[in-house]
Amino acid sequence: MSTPQAGSPDGVPPVGAKTGAVLVVGGGIAGIQAALDLAESGYFVYLVERKAAIGGTMPMLDKTFPTNDCSMCILSPKLVECGRHLNIKILTLSELVDLAGEPGRFTATIERQPRYVDPDKCRSCGDCSEACPQDVDDEFNQGLGIRKAVYKLYAQAFPNAYAVDRENCLDCGACVDACESGAIDHDMAGETIQVEVGSVILAPGFKPFDPAALEYYGYGRLPGVVTSLEFERILSASGPFGGHLQVPKDGREPKKIAWIQCVGSRNKRIEHGYCSSVCCMYAVKEAVIAKEHSREPLDTTIFFMDMRTFGKDFEKYYDRAREEHGVNFVRSRIWGVDKSGENAGMLTIRYGDEGGRVCYADYDLVVLSVGLSADPDTARLARRLGLDLNAYRFGEPGEFEPVSSNREGIYVAGAFAGPRDIPETVMQASAAAGEAAGQLAESRGTLVTAREYPPERDVYGAAVRTGVFVCHCGINIGSVVDVPGVVRYAAALPGVVYAAENLYACSQDNQASMKEAIEKHNLNRVVVASCSPRTHEPLFQETMRDAGLNTALFEMANIRDQCSWVHQAQPQAATAKARDLVRMAVAKVALAAPVTGAKAPVTREALVVGGGPAGLTAALELAAQGYPVHLVERTDQLGGMAYRLGHTLKGRAIAPFVSALVEKVLANPLINVYTGSTLSQVSGFVGNFTSRLSGGQVIGHGVAVVATGGQEYRPAEYLYGTDDRVMTQLSLAEAMEKNDPRVASAQNIVLIQCVGSREPGRPYCSRVCCGKSMRLALSLKEKSPAANVYVLYRDIRTYGFYEDLYTEARDRGVIFLRYEPEDKPVVEANPSGLTVTVPELILGRPFVIDADLVALAAAILPGDNADLSRFFKLPLNQEGFFLEAHLKLRPVDFSTDGVFMCGVAHGPKNLTENIAQAKAAAGRAGTVLAKDAVVVEGKCSVVNKAKCTACGVCELVCPSGAITVDLEARVSVVNEALCKGCGACVSSCRCGALNLKGCTDEQIMAMLAAMTTGSPNGDTPVGVVWR
Amino acid sequence: MATNEYDPRIVAFLCNWCSYAGADLAGVSRLQYPPNVRVVRVPCSGRINPLFIFAALRRGADAVLTSG
Repeated sequence: MSTPQAGSPDGVPPVGAKTGAVLVVGGGIAGIQAALDLAESGYFVYLVERKAAIGGTMPMLDKTFPTNDCSMCILSPKLVECGRHLNIKILTLSELVDLAGEPGRFTATIERQPRYVDPDKCRSCGDCSEACPQDVDDEFNQGLGIRKAVYKLYAQAFPNAYAVDRENCLDCGACVDACESGAIDHDMAGETIQVEVGSVILAPGFKPFDPAALEYYGYGRLPGVVTSLEFERILSASGPFGGHLQVPKDGREPKKIAWIQCVGSRNKRIEHGYCSSVCCMYAVKEAVIAKEHSREPLDTTIFFMDMRTFGKDFEKYYDRAREEHGVNFVRSRIWGVDKSGENAGMLTIRYGDEGGRVCYADYDLVVLSVGLSADPDTARLARRLGLDLNAYRFGEPGEFEPVSSNREGIYVAGAFAGPRDIPETVMQASAAAGEAAGQLAESRGTLVTAREYPPERDVYGAAVRTGVFVCHCGINIGSVVDVPGVVRYAAALPGVVYAAENLYACSQDNQASMKEAIEKHNLNRVVVASCSPRTHEPLFQETMRDAGLNTALFEMANIRDQCSWVHQAQPQAATAKARDLVRMAVAKVALAAPVTGAKAPVTREALVVGGGPAGLTAALELAAQGYPVHLVERTDQLGGMAYRLGHTLKGRAIAPFVSALVEKVLANPLINVYTGSTLSQVSGFVGNFTSRLSGGQVIGHGVAVVATGGQEYRPAEYLYGTDDRVMTQLSLAEAMEKNDPRVASAQNIVLIQCVGSREPGRPYCSRVCCGKSMRLALSLKEKSPAANVYVLYRDIRTYGFYEDLYTEARDRGVIFLRYEPEDKPVVEANPSGLTVTVPELILGRPFVIDADLVALAAAILPGDNADLSRFFKLPLNQEGFFLEAHLKLRPVDFSTDGVFMCGVAHGPKNLTENIAQAKAAAGRAGTVLAKDAVVVEGKCSVVNKAKCTACGVCELVCPSGAITVDLEARVSVVNEALCKGCGACVSSCRCGALNLKGCTDEQIMAMLAAMTTGSPNGDTPVGVVWR
Repeated sequence: MATNEYDPRIVAFLCNWCSYAGADLAGVSRLQYPPNVRVVRVPCSGRINPLFIFAALRRGADAVLTSG
């Protein structure tokens, strides 16, 4: 591997220049995302992680809300990408201890603990762990399971290598003896290293709250009380019970499970006054998944204060959990958990219901929805770096600077910046990466390297000369499959001129000997029979390229994961299967042809649609990275709705901030502004879009950022529009800014929440209104302390640190009255004022307020997104907001490459969140613009023009819009830049005119033929194959 | 093998991104299953041409599994 400090031999950049490298602290999903974005944008990355593997909290989770995707499955590709990236150096078991220098030119000191296992030699076979006599509580499984003193953090971990936990190691040497590749060295020493970086991103994550401190929950005292993270491990198929739902220790299958919310959150007494933001959703998810796991009907109940399902598509998930899955929700206060006196083995929850009555209920298992706490170790690091932390010891950034710390050049992301879920963490990570990229723009590309390969050998017309390499994988394959037998068998297959066995095919030395064999025997096809192509194909293909062969001339036979590991007791049958798999791979590779990806130059300019704060921020960030930007705004003025918003939730004036943004945009020579314009036509693909504006201008751009915002719902309820004393929340904010006499003189003010949101036609939470009402109520109380301010609500959703506003509002005497959606408040006009009647739930009788003013928290509606959706082929969700490529891990990307989004166009969110998302979109867009050319993988579908009848079925079935019928030439045309190579068109083509490069019909047919006909030399006669 | 037990020969077409990954995970988890399945990895379940299924059956497969 080349050193990162290219261009200067001693690793010190020239005086004055910024260092084109970034230090990312924390290898969770935030750190991984930031590292990938930066490395793809032309910066070298050091990714520092305390544990033995990257991944963070995500690998511990079973499923993720609201899509129920398997957490590990969606994370795993990112782990591999990050681990393999040439410009990311992963430093595990490492900690940042000091940071000297100035922004742009920091020197970071990193302490590295020894791993005692050489990751380059470790084959991850697990022999060491098997030999180790020492059992240790497995922290990855939250102590519910056991691991050995030599361990791998989790099955899919990167680095894919074991580590010795010296604290628990007996130093018996059993692992050293067991390791066939000699990877373990108990004398390895730690080291302290220094690296030069331009900026730092802190994403060290959080610590789950330890509920042992709150004795009344019984955690640690009662075995049936577990934390939510423990419950994730109980549910997980890779967890301590293999996904079998059971009560830890006694192994019983639970019939009744309860979740207790807000454990360690919204609790002022223990200085955890904030809301942890994620627990409501994960509890609902856990209840739904538990019901799916359980063989018998499972009773699930969630005890909560306010149900905070405020994120995108969360409310629908909550609705389905209640209505379709039958999860029970009980609004309550928990008094305690104890052994049941009536039902042996069960636990009794003692709680107060909404009316304050004490109730009891028995459960087999009680899950504590523990909050996200600040990690004391991280707090110490922050102090060393001179960073300010908030009262709860999180690195909370400012409302207008959502990824900045108080120290220039240091950015924050993820739960360290405040409790948040995975998509917001990913968003913030991309935003931090974008800012770091902007700060270091002058040094982009100075420290990154690209791999060089020899020219490809021309194999067209040459006789097939296949080499087969069969791997023992230590004893993983060799102990079940007769590897020498498979090698002998392979040598006799058609086209095979060379066959060999390897102890570890993937090891460095075997890669070298493979390259040598390719050259020596003039091989032009290669088959490796070993593990899964999903993990190892790129490695072997790299060797192919080093040897001058096209990567498409390669096949793998998966004789480990799908053979020796799953037929351990049947060596003969496994060997027969291995022979079959090799024969099929040899048949397939014989028909392989080189596949070359097309290269298209990138137009290194950006289009931003929408001139509100999100669009303005995205434009400025892209310009900071050095790219020309075309900013298109429908109205005649930049700034959007933001001018109406008044103050932020924490009380900063918004209008001056927006004016400053507008001025910066107008003054920036790289930004062209087109007001009063819309898009009228778009063509092209990632890197090469051409858009026409309503004014006739034609713009070429490589990426597009959609920031079209939303609009305010015009309520039809509560006399809105017929009485001017009823206004929307936004109008109240405006009226307060203008000292409107209606507000100044009002003594009784009623704020009604959820007007038009969380309704059957609009089943989503508008997210910002609860926080906004707190702000308005506090401001009203500040102006006239004697005024009565009432908030009529369904659930107060002041997530994160906004909970402090709710607390403050209650302290200041704001009156909160809850209503049910079936029994809404009634507003009536009378000559002297307004009468608001609320069915009071605790007293059980109507409560009547004589109000001077009523403000409605009107829903946030999507804008008119139909045109943009059509132009760029961008999907919308049911409610009309744009739908991202993946709700969890690609929150600002579209499935259409090169198009990104931010702001309310994506879904309701507040100004701070809009700014963060805009920075994220700019950061993501920068990964495309940093490249000279987009390289298309090339495994695309291809049209045989002679056979094509232009029937158009392919165009209909293509999910990527990559194939179209040219009506003049009467033939289908594939756009290779858009084609994802799924092959759906090929399977649908009734004329056989389409084929898929790299996986042709002929290749699959040849595999099927080889599968059943046996080899030509007669050692496996027809008919007995598979037996 | 002299047995009367039905031992079907199964061809499985698995999508690289989900089911094939699932088969790998079965391996990582050491879940044991009968060795009478042969897997053909495809880039997407949409790649599975109905003709592949006929071809597999015609060539002697007793059952075909498509998963994606």
